[in-house]
Amino acid sequence: MNWSWVFKMAWRDSRSNRRKLFLYMAAIIVGVAAQVAITSFRVNLNSSINDQAKELLGADLEVERNSEFQPELVAYLDSISFDQSKMLAFTSMASFPKSGTTRLSQISAMDGGFPYYGVIETEPSIASETYLKEYGALVDQTILTQLELVPGDSVKIGFITYEISGAIIDVPGQSTASSFFGPRVIIPLVGVENTGLLERGSRLEHKMYVKYLEGIDPKVVEERLDAMNDVTDFRFDDVEERREEVGEAISQLSNFLNLIGFIALLLGGIGIASSIFVYIRQKINTVALLRCVGASSDQTMFIYLIQATAMGFVGAFIGALLGTLVQLYLPVLVQDFIPVDIELFISWGSVFTGLATGVVISLIFALFPLIAVRKISPLFTLRSAEINLSKLLSIPTRIILFGIIGIAITGYAWFMLNDLKAAIFFTIGFAFCLLLLAGFSVLVMKASRKFVPTGWSYEWRQGLANLYRPNNQTTTLLLTFGLGVTLISSLYLTQDMLLGTINFSGEDDLPNLALFDIQYDQNEGVNSIIEENGLEIMQNVPIVTMRLQSVKNIPLEEILADTSRNARRWALNREYRSTYRDSLIDTETLESGKYISSVENLNNHVPVSVSTDLMEDLDVALGDTIVWDVQGIPIPSYIASTRTVNWQTPQPNFFVVFPTGVLEPAPQFFATTVRTTSREASVSIQQQIVQAYPNVSAIDVGQIISTIREFLDKITFIIQFIGLFSIITGLIVLAGSAATSRFQRIREAVLLRTLGAKQNQVVKIQIIEYVLLGVMAALIGLTLSVGASALLGYFYFDIEFIPNFVILGTEVVILVLLVLIIGLLNTRGIHTKPPLEILRAEGL
Amino acid sequence: MSNILQVNNLTREFKSGSKLLTVVNNINFGIEEGTSCAIVGPSGSGKTTLLGLCAGLDRPNSGEVILRGVNLNPLSEDDRASVRNKHVGFVFQTFQLVPTLTAIENVMVPLELRGEGTKEVRIRAKELLEEVGLGDRTHHYPTQLSGGEQQRVAIARAFINEPKILFADEPTGNLDTETGEYIEKLIFDLNEKQQTTLVLVTHDLELADKCDRIIKIKNGYVDADILKTKTEVIS
Repeated sequence: MNWSWVFKMAWRDSRSNRRKLFLYMAAIIVGVAAQVAITSFRVNLNSSINDQAKELLGADLEVERNSEFQPELVAYLDSISFDQSKMLAFTSMASFPKSGTTRLSQISAMDGGFPYYGVIETEPSIASETYLKEYGALVDQTILTQLELVPGDSVKIGFITYEISGAIIDVPGQSTASSFFGPRVIIPLVGVENTGLLERGSRLEHKMYVKYLEGIDPKVVEERLDAMNDVTDFRFDDVEERREEVGEAISQLSNFLNLIGFIALLLGGIGIASSIFVYIRQKINTVALLRCVGASSDQTMFIYLIQATAMGFVGAFIGALLGTLVQLYLPVLVQDFIPVDIELFISWGSVFTGLATGVVISLIFALFPLIAVRKISPLFTLRSAEINLSKLLSIPTRIILFGIIGIAITGYAWFMLNDLKAAIFFTIGFAFCLLLLAGFSVLVMKASRKFVPTGWSYEWRQGLANLYRPNNQTTTLLLTFGLGVTLISSLYLTQDMLLGTINFSGEDDLPNLALFDIQYDQNEGVNSIIEENGLEIMQNVPIVTMRLQSVKNIPLEEILADTSRNARRWALNREYRSTYRDSLIDTETLESGKYISSVENLNNHVPVSVSTDLMEDLDVALGDTIVWDVQGIPIPSYIASTRTVNWQTPQPNFFVVFPTGVLEPAPQFFATTVRTTSREASVSIQQQIVQAYPNVSAIDVGQIISTIREFLDKITFIIQFIGLFSIITGLIVLAGSAATSRFQRIREAVLLRTLGAKQNQVVKIQIIEYVLLGVMAALIGLTLSVGASALLGYFYFDIEFIPNFVILGTEVVILVLLVLIIGLLNTRGIHTKPPLEILRAEGL
Repeated sequence: MSNILQVNNLTREFKSGSKLLTVVNNINFGIEEGTSCAIVGPSGSGKTTLLGLCAGLDRPNSGEVILRGVNLNPLSEDDRASVRNKHVGFVFQTFQLVPTLTAIENVMVPLELRGEGTKEVRIRAKELLEEVGLGDRTHHYPTQLSGGEQQRVAIARAFINEPKILFADEPTGNLDTETGEYIEKLIFDLNEKQQTTLVLVTHDLELADKCDRIIKIKNGYVDADILKTKTEVIS
């Protein structure tokens, strides 16, 4: 083949088309930018994690247990380390006297030493050292800012008032997000017992941070601790494990984002395919002529293949540049969730991968029209004919091309996810969505052809007819825009669905304030404060803590030592907080057996009711026996009934419920739920109760909802940010497709105006067409997203999905406006000028 | 003298819905090298289809086309393209210039396709453009040229590979009388100069009359085949 001529011809032929070609390129730019940004960021992040691995934990080893460490564990830790740091972690109300606010907080009492790697970043920085000596407290910066507090103000934890030494900015191994569900407060371990919180029902976590002596092999420590852990119940984490956990979490997040970004790239691919189709259609005469004067089918195909490759390369190159810039912004988005400082650098590997992906995607999607070039007959020089390029391809060729695209998509998804099955599912899901959208566009075109009412005005009939006439934009728009809308809208709706399930603050019959850890002797006092405030107590539930002693007559130690057991470790080891009552409550449904309300004879096994999820995790069946260790006293029981529990309500719910007549004499505390009338009433009563009973914790449902909303907002913003790339690509593809049809639109508009159409008639036809397109794309996209959200709700979140019509309505309006604006921009300037001037300017 | 083009039992059918239309029906003729032949007939008579078949742009349903002794039937599309590149020139009613190429680049295409040196090709193209009176418009794009000028570029392109046979499809159909006459002259002059065989499809009986032979086509058949003597043409 005469390659030099092919290249020369590709170059010459592109000269007057470069503006058009740029639009085609633009479709790939955004997708490549998303890919490069995300993969580079992932590389940056992984390298930061590796560099700062030890700072992820702040020590070589972290051991934690819900009670005091066993002597053998302490002895072992002593043998491997000299530097040890103890911590007690618990949740409690923190009261800020200056602002008169109380907040359920995560308290850590530390004894110094920690962290051995990295530092606790505080403001002022000296505070991380002085708080121990001065018996001060470090408090999360976010809450200080929120309550307008400064170092020097005070915080009251239990009975002790600490001076705030400084604001916590960063603690090794913790992300800012860890303070979402309660601000972090660090106080000295020495004297923590004086808070009065340690004995009063609070759930304490004992932690030990250890720095290994030199020469200690972490693997040996891990093996030894694993062996000890078979019989005792403690958890531990070392640097390697933490790095794997964090790395795993990050790779899952970035895989997910990568896939969303990849969709933008694929949409760009579809945009390229459709643009090249239009481009080649305009080149049919040139191709036919070249064939006529002796060019071979390969030569003509390569002319356009070279152009497509060059275009893909330039697009990918600009995309890679843009992606590198976007990468700089990504840390701002995710820094709250990442426990390391992200060091930014250009990841050349990611840039090259992005470049290659961009070129390959543009090429494989362009193959359809390009291979059709081979089939363009030289006869078209003699007879100009409206030909359908895709029909020039035989069915086997089309199957092969689809196969190539499928393999390429799966291959790339596999490369990103490292999971072939997931990659295949991704491709199938993507193809399914495209098929649905393409099917819908065929329906729209058929319907608009068939059902144009003859009585309609000319403008309406023309506008509608534009949906199916040659060079229509229906399929391209519905595919690209529809998919983008599906993606973004699914995110919105899912977020709304999740928030909806916890948004019970507006429901009158549900409590909106829950008080926990009320001691036996405090119960009456708390109740009377509530009543004095004129509020209604909805529940006042006694809670008794207990542990398992044996299950099905097998002692707990034996079950734990059995490696073939089905019961889950957490279920065997946990401290159970159970209640007793004579009936089920609204959030419970009897599943099997009979709920026995009370017992009189304590010599028999006690009939208890167990939640269905715990039945599975404990691997027990109805009638099985369980012996409970209720604070030293064994209480034999049998499972008399099972219940399903709706855990998503603010009432206290329980795994195990006892009948009345058994636990009453046991040491117990209470949980009380209240319905407050206003936010102020809720804040005021929390203050009064915490002032009188500092150990009582209050969960303010309104507070939790706003916290969760904030958390979800941040997460969904990241996803939407990446998802936005798909919408932008959709818009670019739309703009590209509109621009490529500008030629035909202008010819039509000019013809209509020559024949006497008024300017507003021509504009009206176009408005009708684009509004119809916008409505169709929005409707199909939104319908798919409602379907996707409903499926997510049903299979994944187990929530009944009710679409939010306000969100959907708003989306329809925005999308239709976007499509309309782009459509009208495309024909700008042709309505005000005389027809002849336009014909000359456009070179028609 | 031998036939440069031989058409034997040529038939071309098209499907139109469920109907089968026979556009070219069992046509036979031969054209001697160096002569000129006009194919005339009313619209829809099949003359352009016949031209397409003769030039190897289309395949017949039956019969054969032998161009310079080569049967086009068994050749692949690419082999036929190669035959056209070596021996055939084209002039079309709608000029068929590549809109993205300048006048000179359009003219250069057939030789460049052969891989000939750009410099020589450019010189030759420029000479031809000068010959057709467009020496000062070499770098203009087709949209910057009038219809007559575009057709002159197309003629220069048709002759650059010194074709043995030139197919012209209504070369003056889109032009006014004066320009049309100029183009006719150009074609005949260059034809004579290069000793090219000319096959011309036209409605224009005056133009047809200038050829050595006229084949009249009607409803896909040869209605008349009038062979004229050189003297008659001149007279």
